[in-house]
Amino acid sequence: MMPVKSSSPYQALVIGVSAGGLNALHNILPKLPKSFPLAIIVLQHRGEVVFDGTSHNDFLISYFQKDCAMSVTEATIGAEIKPGNIYIAPAKYHLLIEKTKVFSLSLEPPVNFALPSIDVLFDSASACYKNQLIGLILTGASSDGSTGLKTIKGRAGLTLVQEPKTAEVDFMPKSAISLHTVDHILPLDDIAEFLCQLIQGDKE
Amino acid sequence: MTPSTQAKPQVYSHRPNEDEVMALEIKLLLQAIAFRYDYDFSHYAQASLTRRINNCLKKSQLNNIAEMIPKVLHQPEFFELFLKEMSVTVTEMFRDPKVFKELRNKVFTQLKTYSRINIWHAGCATGEEVYSLAIMLKEEGLLHRCQIYATDFNNQSLKVAEQGIYKAEKISEYTHNYQLAGGKASFADYYQAKHGYAKIHNDLKEHITFAHHNLIKDQCFAQMHLIICRNVLIYFDKTLQNNVLSLFNQSLLHRGYLLLGDKESLEFSKQKNNFDTIAKDQRIYQKISYE
Repeated sequence: MMPVKSSSPYQALVIGVSAGGLNALHNILPKLPKSFPLAIIVLQHRGEVVFDGTSHNDFLISYFQKDCAMSVTEATIGAEIKPGNIYIAPAKYHLLIEKTKVFSLSLEPPVNFALPSIDVLFDSASACYKNQLIGLILTGASSDGSTGLKTIKGRAGLTLVQEPKTAEVDFMPKSAISLHTVDHILPLDDIAEFLCQLIQGDKE
Repeated sequence: MTPSTQAKPQVYSHRPNEDEVMALEIKLLLQAIAFRYDYDFSHYAQASLTRRINNCLKKSQLNNIAEMIPKVLHQPEFFELFLKEMSVTVTEMFRDPKVFKELRNKVFTQLKTYSRINIWHAGCATGEEVYSLAIMLKEEGLLHRCQIYATDFNNQSLKVAEQGIYKAEKISEYTHNYQLAGGKASFADYYQAKHGYAKIHNDLKEHITFAHHNLIKDQCFAQMHLIICRNVLIYFDKTLQNNVLSLFNQSLLHRGYLLLGDKESLEFSKQKNNFDTIAKDQRIYQKISYE
């Protein structure tokens, strides 16, 4: 009998997304089971929009909480990153991951015109998780995240990009693909299933 | 030949990778800085510290972090450059307008009962926020009673802050913030625009003392009614955060106020039980009086 791979070699998934992100994320995150064993950290580019006294951040969190089986919270400073949780990066600060697997924030100037910047998150995440990290770039009109994804690959992590044809805005996926040979280019509709198979050991 | 007489080739069980080499370089660099200048960065959050050191490396056109070590040891001007990179920050006047509105409504109304008001703005950087504060105090008729200490560990930032000259292109954004913060007059009353720059009026500066203070090693210097320290603690580890918050507690008078950045909180700190929460989302706290 073949030994069954019961545990995933990966600990965390970082997702970078910009324009068109709400729909793309909504296609993926609600399909992941409550038992999904990775910590997922989502960085959606946006300004801080406040309406009805609620910041956009609260909106994103409640929007995904409603439809996701996994727990969804804001990534807060000093919080320990735990598997099975989805963390949303706050607006107006760069989000970083310390080697001790806690979040930290920074007000360094924008990187690639972005604050928060995907590159900043991916770079620090890969320094922490190394080959146990998956990076995913989705729709967007920015080149932010391309360098970060390459860094993840450089530290032997797994790199995924949304198939540009399936992206609302294909600039960001195309930019990521042009910078290094990504491991998998996936249509949006297939990403959640791919991730589930991956953690069950069906995909390498 | 017996195994004991054969010399074994030296085998390295672990060959350090680039990341581990960089971690050592950073450790040595920070040791050199602490030794030479008495600036201790060892309790900084590592991820952003590493980024900033690498940013400094790129700008200085050196090949690796190790090459920065002789530079900081022998060229004080290089250390100035390093310190500048360490303090570069996104700041604006009336950043998070609601915070200033709450400060005005909940704190200034209480400060009015004092004949003399001491305020410490710790980590004032290039001064945008301390002038925002001075404007609000002036509009509440409190500025003439205030002594504001605006401190930073970077002398170059302090120079910029003291000059109070900012790019005119920022003014429309600041004006918008000012209005959202509950500004009572016209923001244009507080600066003079000239050659693409806006210079803050001198009367706002009269009650502000700009001074060097390093939160990591320097002590209390006066008893304060209000301490403002926003987006400084985010760069520190838990130990240093607790030390600095303890310093603030010591520096505050009974019932004195503390304002932190909007992602900073007393919740998980050792000072949690020494303060009441005045405005949770705006991070306004008040020292509990045991008298």
